[in-house]
Amino acid sequence: MNGTGVERLAERAPLRYLLNGLRDTGEVVILLGDVVRELPQGLRKVPLVVQQMVSIGLGSMPLTVVVALFTGAVAAVQASYQFRDYVPMIYLGTVIGKSVVIELGPVLTALVVGGRVGASIAAELGTMRVTEQVDAMETMGISPTRYLVVPRVVAATLMLPVLTIFADVVAIFGGYLVAVFTLDVSGHTFTSGLKLYFHLRDVFSGLIKSVFFGAIISMMGCYYGLRSEGGAEGVGVATTHAVVASCLLILIVDYLLASFLFRVLFA
Amino acid sequence: MPEPTIAIESVSKRLGAKQVLSGVDLNVSPGESVAIIGRSGTGKSVLLKHVVGLMTPDAGTVRVEGVDVPSLGTTELLTLRKRMGMLFQGGALFDSLTVGENVGLPLHEHTDMSETQIELVVHEKLHLVGLEGSEELRPSSLSGGMKKRAALARAIALNPKIMLYDEPTTGLDPITADLINRLIRRLQERLGITSIAVTHDMRSAYHIADRIAMLHEGRIHAIGSPAEIQSTTDPAVRQFIEGSAEGPLLPT
Repeated sequence: MNGTGVERLAERAPLRYLLNGLRDTGEVVILLGDVVRELPQGLRKVPLVVQQMVSIGLGSMPLTVVVALFTGAVAAVQASYQFRDYVPMIYLGTVIGKSVVIELGPVLTALVVGGRVGASIAAELGTMRVTEQVDAMETMGISPTRYLVVPRVVAATLMLPVLTIFADVVAIFGGYLVAVFTLDVSGHTFTSGLKLYFHLRDVFSGLIKSVFFGAIISMMGCYYGLRSEGGAEGVGVATTHAVVASCLLILIVDYLLASFLFRVLFA
Repeated sequence: MPEPTIAIESVSKRLGAKQVLSGVDLNVSPGESVAIIGRSGTGKSVLLKHVVGLMTPDAGTVRVEGVDVPSLGTTELLTLRKRMGMLFQGGALFDSLTVGENVGLPLHEHTDMSETQIELVVHEKLHLVGLEGSEELRPSSLSGGMKKRAALARAIALNPKIMLYDEPTTGLDPITADLINRLIRRLQERLGITSIAVTHDMRSAYHIADRIAMLHEGRIHAIGSPAEIQSTTDPAVRQFIEGSAEGPLLPT
């Protein structure tokens, strides 16, 4: 089929989405390959990686802590409501602990950081693209993948597990506060329940997921940012796409990893 | 006759629905300076991006120093680009770096120079463009002319053999534009740089070019020395250089 034929087909909305999706997937895989190839050189740019770790990690900490605190608090309220008359309250700590470290901590942290960091990366690289800064970098013989993408992907992949650990601790603390001060559950009961079925592998499963989520967020931000075009509107579109794609991929990969981790690895 | 430093043969490029270039032929000899003139949207910048490998032609060849640019892999392309400098229309300075860091970046990336040596080269290049003492300034605090000059200092940091200028004087006041023109001419004369400048500023074209080529309807419509272009009877060229709304070139 000639190019015109493909273009005519692509004008039909469902096919356009399908073709765009396939194109994006292919290009992300190529970018990922470039990142892996440039990784050894990119890792030498320690100041750039540290700068991104501070921006992504420290910069996201306040938001992560607030979200985690209220997530734990809500989990305690909801669980106690469902336990009432059926399940002893000692299991409140158990349920909050497990749900936080396995699912709520990593996923909610990733979604929140995805919104903040994914948008920030896409907007920054998008602006660099439309103002020809990325072209300038290429004409100077400097690889944008090495200089811009690798530090961001490495930093996000390293910092998401760190943020998740903080989120886990704060969320459990939030659940503890609500349980002790509003639900008439003693601190001893809550912590006993927390330790009752505590498995380190649950924490590891959450952290493994967060590594993937960090890579997804940074890759989507970089990919959509670097392919921005057309000025401010294009940067806005790229930012929206980066956040939407991050959120969708986080939830899809969460399911796939959960299936692998709990049905295969830890089964 | 020496082999041209830049040889563009039958280059065609389509962007979306628009056929931007339709068989462009242009040779630039070693040490020669060619200005490409033409109306906005005729593909002048697109042609320049083909030379530096930022775009690949749909058809035709682009050879730089005998090397076929579109066929180069990433590593070979980066190596070739170290011998080239490009001045972008808006300067394209990196916002997150100071002026000094912008100029020093290619030196950090491609040489084994010490910090002190890099500082000296940065100072020298900024002095050359009349921006000494601005090392610590951020690009956001610079005027349009200062941005262009800082970008020029960055483009020549590695002493390139080939320079590409994309609208070097657009948006500048006449005095700053003349300063940039003199700088470009001085660089060519002093360093023997081969260059292509894309412009629609005729004053700039006459000043910096050994030959002027007019891009029109996707092809090189006319080419000649500044004197030949000034005295041409071709109606399209005459209309363009005189800046007249009446003639074969229709408003876009």
